[in-house]
Amino acid sequence: MKTSYLLAATLVMAGVTYLLRMLPLALVKGKIRSPFIRSFLAYVPYAVLAAMTFPDILSSTASLLSAAVGLAAALVLSCRGKSLIVVALGASGAVWAAERLLAVFSML
Amino acid sequence: MAAQRSRRVSFMQGARDGTPIFLGYLSVSFAFGIMATESGLSAWIAQMISMTNLTSAGQVAGTVLMVSGASLVEIAMTTLVINLRYTLMSLSLSQKLDPGVSVWKRLLLSFGITDEIFAVAMQQSGAVGAAYLAGLIFTPYLGWAGGTFLGATAADLLPLSVRSALGIAIYGMFLAIIIPPAKAAKPIRFTVVLAVLFSCIFRFVPGLRRLSGGWVIILCAVAVSSAAALRYPVDEKEEKEEEGR
Repeated sequence: MKTSYLLAATLVMAGVTYLLRMLPLALVKGKIRSPFIRSFLAYVPYAVLAAMTFPDILSSTASLLSAAVGLAAALVLSCRGKSLIVVALGASGAVWAAERLLAVFSML
Repeated sequence: MAAQRSRRVSFMQGARDGTPIFLGYLSVSFAFGIMATESGLSAWIAQMISMTNLTSAGQVAGTVLMVSGASLVEIAMTTLVINLRYTLMSLSLSQKLDPGVSVWKRLLLSFGITDEIFAVAMQQSGAVGAAYLAGLIFTPYLGWAGGTFLGATAADLLPLSVRSALGIAIYGMFLAIIIPPAKAAKPIRFTVVLAVLFSCIFRFVPGLRRLSGGWVIILCAVAVSSAAALRYPVDEKEEKEEEGR
């Protein structure tokens, strides 16, 4: 594959992505007045994060079962108001433990 | 002097708040580095993609297209659709960013708007300053660049079991951000539940499934946030009080 093509493609991806991020932040400086748009933007983060997490979280590890264990751990920890890193690593730890257990069971 | 010190403190605070994102990115970009080199790209191209794009889904899709020799227009369109959500986030962030932040700082900082950085920034009470946001971008950026480097050059070092377990880290972080406010406030609970429902419908209903991930997120965000905004308009007075806290 030609290096010039790879470089051009990389730049196209980077340029498009940058413009999408830059335009609103650089152009919209004042507070938006419309109550609807203000409310809409207040809910956007939660809608985006929820849609990105589900159902993708269930396919984020080696098996559905270990992902479900990790999801359960993350739900319990976040319900208790634990910090981001505790929830993230707690979920990872639960997945790791579940996969070790599954490996042991599959050997029996 | 005092202003400089407080800027440094804000930067450090942001860098600290970015640490969980750093860890998540390290693992995700590690996977990207492996994927890119296994599909035939040289390590330095993978590295350059990560350092100029700083996106997960967008650059993975773009890289797959690059490897298959797709046209630049196709690559641009796919990137546009998958990353269009950043425009929504950037608009949302424009209402959160300190209005005094200059245009050239906005031009620089906007490069670092990712799902996770956006989410943590929006979680702050009150307006977000440039120094804090710069710190919040700094650590995750190191993770993204470093993880790609490790994945592209030294994938065999981490056992598969650890890589699999780290795959869930980023989602754990998302849950830590949305669950506590959803527990506390009904409108946010409504938003989260509806978004999960929508997203799962798009993924599991035949026909709808063909829609790319980028479109699904945009459609969910627009439909669900509109519904929530109509049903539970945010009271401006309430918002002010919240910022004052």
